[in-house]
Formats: sequence, C-alpha cells, structure tokens
Amino acid sequence: MTHALDISGLRKTYRSGHEALQGIDLHVAQGDFFALLGPNGAGKSTTIGIITALVNKSGGTVNVFGHDIDREPMAARRAIGLVPQEFNFNQFEPVIEIVINQAGYYGVPKAQALQRAETCLKQLGLWDKRHSLARNLSGGMKRRLMIARALAHEPKLLILDEPTAGVDIELRRSMWRFLREVNARGTTIILTTHYLEEAENLCRNVAIIDAGRIVANTSIKTLLNQLNSETVVLDLKEPLAHAPHLDGYGSCLADACTLEVEIPRAEGINRLFQLLSAQGIEVVSMRNKANRLEELFLRLVENGGEQR
Amino acid sequence: MTGSIAFRTILTKEIRRFLRIWIQTILPPMITTALYFIIFGRLIGSQIGAIAGHSYMDYIVPGLILMAVITNSYGNVVSSFYGAKFSHYVEELLIAPIPNSLILAGYVAGGLARGLTVGAVVTLVAMFFTDLQVHNPAVVLSVVVLTSVLFSLGGFINAIYAKSFDDISIIPTFVLTPLTYLGGIFYSIDMLPPFWREISLLNPILYMINAFRYGLLGVTDIPLGTAFGVTLLFILALAAYALFLLQRGVGLKN
Repeated sequence: MTHALDISGLRKTYRSGHEALQGIDLHVAQGDFFALLGPNGAGKSTTIGIITALVNKSGGTVNVFGHDIDREPMAARRAIGLVPQEFNFNQFEPVIEIVINQAGYYGVPKAQALQRAETCLKQLGLWDKRHSLARNLSGGMKRRLMIARALAHEPKLLILDEPTAGVDIELRRSMWRFLREVNARGTTIILTTHYLEEAENLCRNVAIIDAGRIVANTSIKTLLNQLNSETVVLDLKEPLAHAPHLDGYGSCLADACTLEVEIPRAEGINRLFQLLSAQGIEVVSMRNKANRLEELFLRLVENGGEQR
Repeated sequence: MTGSIAFRTILTKEIRRFLRIWIQTILPPMITTALYFIIFGRLIGSQIGAIAGHSYMDYIVPGLILMAVITNSYGNVVSSFYGAKFSHYVEELLIAPIPNSLILAGYVAGGLARGLTVGAVVTLVAMFFTDLQVHNPAVVLSVVVLTSVLFSLGGFINAIYAKSFDDISIIPTFVLTPLTYLGGIFYSIDMLPPFWREISLLNPILYMINAFRYGLLGVTDIPLGTAFGVTLLFILALAAYALFLLQRGVGLKN
C-alpha cells in the first residue's frame, strides 16, 4: 500500500549555511496518527515546510500519497491540509469567508464549500462566530479556526504543527477528541507537539528528530518499551538527612521530604517499598518525575539517539 | 475547473477587500481628481490657451483619469499582496494546488478591477467639469485595461521584494508619481525643448497617456502603434519576471 508520506534523504541547507536537515528518511502509513517530535530547532518545521511547499528543499525526495512534490506538486498539495504553528489568516475577514476561501483555493465549488464550512465550523464549535472577524476570536477559537480551515477541502493528510500551543486543558482535550474522530474517519494525521503527553495519548507511531537527523522512528509502544528505567518522586512522611541506600535502585533527595528514585524496569516497584519499610521510611504519595515519553525523549535527544 | 474556481476565489476576495475599505480606496481618487479639475482645469486652465485644438481642461482629463487608474491598480496589488505576506496568510495560497500563474492572474485581475472601478468613478467626476467626448471607445478601453494590468504587475513585483511597509511606498512616491507627472498629463511633449523631449520618450507612462488621450480626444504625441507596442512589451517583461520570482519563491519561501 502506498504510504501517506514517504521522505527519502531529505536535506535542507539554509543560505546562512545552517544544515537544518541532514538527509532524513520518514515513512507514514495511510490512516496513521503520527507524532513528529524534537526540541526547538531540530528540523520539524523545516520538514513540514518542505512537505507543504513553503520551504525549498536542498535534496532528497518527498512523496505524498505517491505524488512526488516536484513532479506532481498539485496532486501532492491537494492531499494535504496544514494547521501551522502561528496564526496565518487574514484577521480582518469573517470566519466563514476564511474557510470558504480556503476551499475555493483547492477548487471546491462555492455551494459545496459553504456546506463544508458549516460542517467544520459546527464540529469545532465556531458556527455561532461565523460572521465575526477573525481578530475578534479568542486564542483557542483561532486555533480551532485554523483546524476548520485545514479540513475545508477534506485532505487525506492533515499536518498539525503545535495545534494546542497555549490552549487550556479543557479545550486541549476536546481538540484531542475531535482529532481522534478525524483520524477514525480515515484521515492520516501528522502531529508535532511539545506536549509529549499529547503525543502519547493520540499517536500510534513516532519519529524523533534532533539536529536534523531522525534519532528514533517506531511505534509509541515499542519506544516506551525501550525505557529501561523510570524516575519516581516519593513524598516522605518524615524528613531525611541523607538519601537511603536502596540496593538495586538509584536515589537522591530533592529536599528533606522528597526522595527521587530511579527504578530499573527489571527491578519493579514492590521490592523498593520493602526496602523503604525495612528502613522505617514511610511514603505519603508517589508520582512519576516526568511523562514516560518525555523521559525517553530527553534521553534520546541528549544522547543523539543512543539509549542509556 | 479547479484552476478557474481558485482564480475566481482570489479575484472575489480582492474585490471584496477594496470595496470593504471604499473610504480608503474609491473616495480619495474622486476627491483628488475633482481638486485637479477645479485648480488646474478651471482656475489655471482658463488662463492657458488651447492645446492641439482642445481646451486645457479637456486636454488634461485623459491623463488625470489614467493617473488614477495607474496609482490604484499598483496600490491595490502592492498593499494587498504585501499585507498577505506580512500577516503570513499568503501561505494559504502557497500550500494550495494553484499554479503560480493563477496566483499572479488573480492578484492582477484584482488590481484591474480596482483600476477600472476608480477609472469609472473618476470619469463620472470629470463629466461634471467637461463634456467628455470619446473619439475611439476600443482604444480607450484597451489602453485602460493594458495600463491597469501593467501597473498591477508592477505592484506585485514591488510586494514580493518589500520587507516592510516603507518598501511599498518608496516606488509609488519616488518613481511612479514623478514618472506620471512627467508623462504628459498636463502638457504636450512638443512644448518641451528638444533635449527634454527626447528624455521624456524614455518614460513608458508617456506612451499610455498619449494613447488614452487619442482614444478620448483623437490627439497624441506618440504614434498609436508605438504606444501599444511599448505597453505590451512592458507587460510581457513584467509578467515573466513576476512568474520567475514566484517560481523561485523570492521573498515568500525559505
């Protein structure tokens, strides 16, 4: 089956000499919900820019649903819907015109564009605001407007660059539900985000990019299985002067009542509590120091792809 | 089909834009032109004798109409396209399956629509001051359309290179306005000393104003064929250059 996205040997060197992409390969299956993660400046936005024709590449090939972006640019672009990181609509246009115009750019006839605009705006809770100027919308509404606009031509591949940046938790979760529905209807989704919880919740597969190279490209499940250890934070009932010796576990005190323990996957957690009880240390509560994917992400980008 | 819908979408958006802000786009040229007619045509013109068999008021009408068409066609495209660049909504077009030629055609058609609209209202204003005659309607219409297309292309290229709002006013202020005023709106180049007459022939706007004056009054300093030839040549050159810039993504893509 043709991939939704096939990237081979993609390179980008900016005029300044900065090598943003050093020959990356990436394959996204049709129907996938795919996370493209990486620290700031890793090359995520450059990759998206090249796929969507906003950045000229220096080398390599990109195919969208089998259409080469150089040889069949129009067919490739027709398949893509983009939700960029920054607001990029005319702030002085009414909401509905922004969505209808976008459909028009993709050749959707006016009557059909109106129908689609109504569907998208209703799904995203913006129908009541359809005649408002875009600049009068709240930040969350503007984010949703960009999603509605990207879906106006019913793309097969939806690319979202930090879609929930600056959005409150409630709205973020409602956007997740909406994106899951869009994906369930068959639209392939590629997501970049700094909220790794978001990627872990939504995506099935992931690529991590760092300094213009792909350092991991696998399923979220496989990636998480690579996590050899997790760090948990224990809130203690009584203060301690020194971190206790816990055989098989690494530990350190964040403060007198907060103990951080690195738990190797092979050791599990039961023995830890036995060791703590044996030393008379009472634990009030426990939490993960970081989201599991976040912990793995940090290890991967800090070590250039090498797992600790 | 896809292309024609995309083109219509750009054009409709452009027309809506300049009609929505008619106080900034349609009204000022009406007032400015009326002042030109009152001051230059009626007050000063009454002290000046006939030129090429026409009263001074009649003589300046074609140039003033065409000047409004030129500045508004140019201004429409340069401000609209630069605004789209500045606020990044030009990306809506760049990611869409629209050939560069249609993006250019859409914006130029928008400039043409404003040029024709302003040309029409300024002509109505002129009719308050003089009995407007039309010597050759086909020449009038074709000159207005070609001139408007030419300066819309110029505005588009200016917008591509512009990096700030200052950059979109430099060319109109320091190039377009002097060339328009020195393009024979208010005088015949036959009134100039030979040296300055020759220099004036390098000004492309002179050719358009004279062709338009021929269409309305039947008088021109320049042969009609030469005027059309020069205009068409500039249109082809600017269109090719604008497409080249779009293709390269100059000012638009990294």
